[in-house]
Amino acid sequence: MSITARGLSKRYGHVVAMDRTDFDLADGEVLAVVGDNGAGKSTLIKTLSGAVIPDEGGIELDGKPVRFRGPLEARRHGIETIYQDLAVAPAQDIASNLYLGRERRLAGWRGKLLRHLDRKGMREHAQQVLDELGIGIKSISQTVETLSGGQRQAVAVARAAAFGTKVVIMDEPTAALGVAESAKVLELIGRIRDRGIPVVLISHNMPHVFEIADRVHVHRLGKRVAIADPGRHSMNEVVGLLTGALRMNEEGTLSEVSGAVHTGLDPD
Amino acid sequence: MTAVTQDQAKRFDPGEIFRRSPVVGPLLALVVAIVVFSVSTDTFLNLDNLSLVVEQSLVIGTLALGQTLVILTNGIDLSNASNAVLATLIMAMLVASGATSGWLGLVTGIVTSVVIGFLIGTLVTRAKLPPFIVTLGLFTILTALGRLFASGQSVPVKGGVLAWLGTESYLFGGIPVTYGMTLALIMFIVVWYALVRTSWGKHVYAVGNAPEAARLTGINVGRTVLSVYIVAGLIYGIAAWQALGRVPNADPNAFETGNLESITAVVIGGTSLFGGRGGVTGTLVGALIVAVLQSGLTQLGVDDLYQEVAIGVLVIAAVAVDRFARRRQP
Ligand SMILES: Nc1ncnc2c1ncn2[C@@H]1O[C@H](COP(=O)(O)OP(=O)(O)O)[C@@H](O)[C@H]1O
Ligand SMILES: [Mg+2]
Repeated sequence: MSITARGLSKRYGHVVAMDRTDFDLADGEVLAVVGDNGAGKSTLIKTLSGAVIPDEGGIELDGKPVRFRGPLEARRHGIETIYQDLAVAPAQDIASNLYLGRERRLAGWRGKLLRHLDRKGMREHAQQVLDELGIGIKSISQTVETLSGGQRQAVAVARAAAFGTKVVIMDEPTAALGVAESAKVLELIGRIRDRGIPVVLISHNMPHVFEIADRVHVHRLGKRVAIADPGRHSMNEVVGLLTGALRMNEEGTLSEVSGAVHTGLDPD
Repeated sequence: MTAVTQDQAKRFDPGEIFRRSPVVGPLLALVVAIVVFSVSTDTFLNLDNLSLVVEQSLVIGTLALGQTLVILTNGIDLSNASNAVLATLIMAMLVASGATSGWLGLVTGIVTSVVIGFLIGTLVTRAKLPPFIVTLGLFTILTALGRLFASGQSVPVKGGVLAWLGTESYLFGGIPVTYGMTLALIMFIVVWYALVRTSWGKHVYAVGNAPEAARLTGINVGRTVLSVYIVAGLIYGIAAWQALGRVPNADPNAFETGNLESITAVVIGGTSLFGGRGGVTGTLVGALIVAVLQSGLTQLGVDDLYQEVAIGVLVIAAVAVDRFARRRQP
């Protein structure tokens, strides 16, 4: 599925978290979103996942306009998100977390009448998802709080991979991880992409971005300022774009922005 | 698979057992208390006394059942006992004045409790007021309303459906079981089932444990919390019925510290005051621990005030265990 968004804005009091930003995700690609802390990346992807309702602007899925009133509606469209703080309930077990908000009920009268959960079915499916992704966790009935940071991340990735049938969005999934665990998450992203599902990856880690992304959305001060091509642009150039030292022109060429313009001292 | 079990067996960690099942500690305490009193007195271990212990914990136990739901959502209800007392007065006065039949009086009382629950839930979820403050205010208001309503007098209940839970009983394996005990057991099972076997229960835990995560996964946090206060209101209404079964007299001054006693039972039962951890099995055990202690210590000739000291110590110990168990997390 492709996502197109135009002119998205979101204000929190005086803070402009999103300032008429555009967003494009093509089907099947891995799109990295990079930007400084506070640039508004999380707000942008929360808008795409229905967790934030924009003040202005519109979103289209495969060219059809949508208006999400909550995270459940985006999920129903097959958009699955791994939030920066993971959005897991630490005191609940892995299977419960995988199914949080969309628990499966037993077939038949016990499910219909007594609303009995299909606990066995959910556990088996959860185990299967973890196995498929090669995530080794002792027991599916462990609470999430007993897991290491990397394992928690893996659970969040597994949840997205299990239910993200159209798009998977990840907000800084490797930020808290060590080298080996990060490599694992990158591998998982690759597997999701190999299933033909596009992935949006927010990351500060340029080597990761350049390793896996097909295109790089550069976010600065609440809006997209450039779309970089890892094949054509260097890491330094992307860093220049996100700090504002470089600017991308209409034709995609880069030019330096002089410090004077920044401070507003130069009348030019 | 075998490697996993070996691994777990190797690293025995008592904290892990408490984390996994917070009921283990309270259950152990209950068993120890029963054994100690059975050995140290001749009067504790017999059917009459044990069934009296259960009878005596019915009202606070029922209040604690509703309190558990509220605390699981990281809330607290200081108005539960005053809510139930008001319901007993409504029930007794309607029936005593001849305004309604027993059943209609009962239902009116219970509906009042539900409406109060709805009110609390609305103030907490819509107006975003802290549950502590809302229910503290209501505690004062409902207590005063009850006294105004009954002009400070208690209202006797002359048998009939209002007293039914205490007057009616049947033999179960030779043991007389009151309808009140039976109803309490049924309520416990229903609430337990709803908490651990339905998605509503999963959502109640999630909302208390990680509200923002719950919201992001699409759970309607406000509606879940509201539903908890409504269900708790229903349970308090039934607690009022239990109270009239125990003592057929609606007293505006009864259960003055019932709110705190219900919190005591919940906390001793291992439910975390921070929400999202624990459950009604622990509360059942907690309520029984309090009743067993009171009965056993009385039979040992220990003064009432020392009994209260013992229960206070237990509350602090229970919270300390909860803290300790959670500090040991990786
Ligand atoms: N719920 C909120 N309330 C108030 N301010 C917010 C909220 N969410 C984000 N912001 C502000 O919006 C800006 C963008 O935040 P965010 O989207 O988290 O940036 P990023 O993910 O790029 O670091 C920041 O200044 C942040 O403080
Ligand atoms: Mg962010």
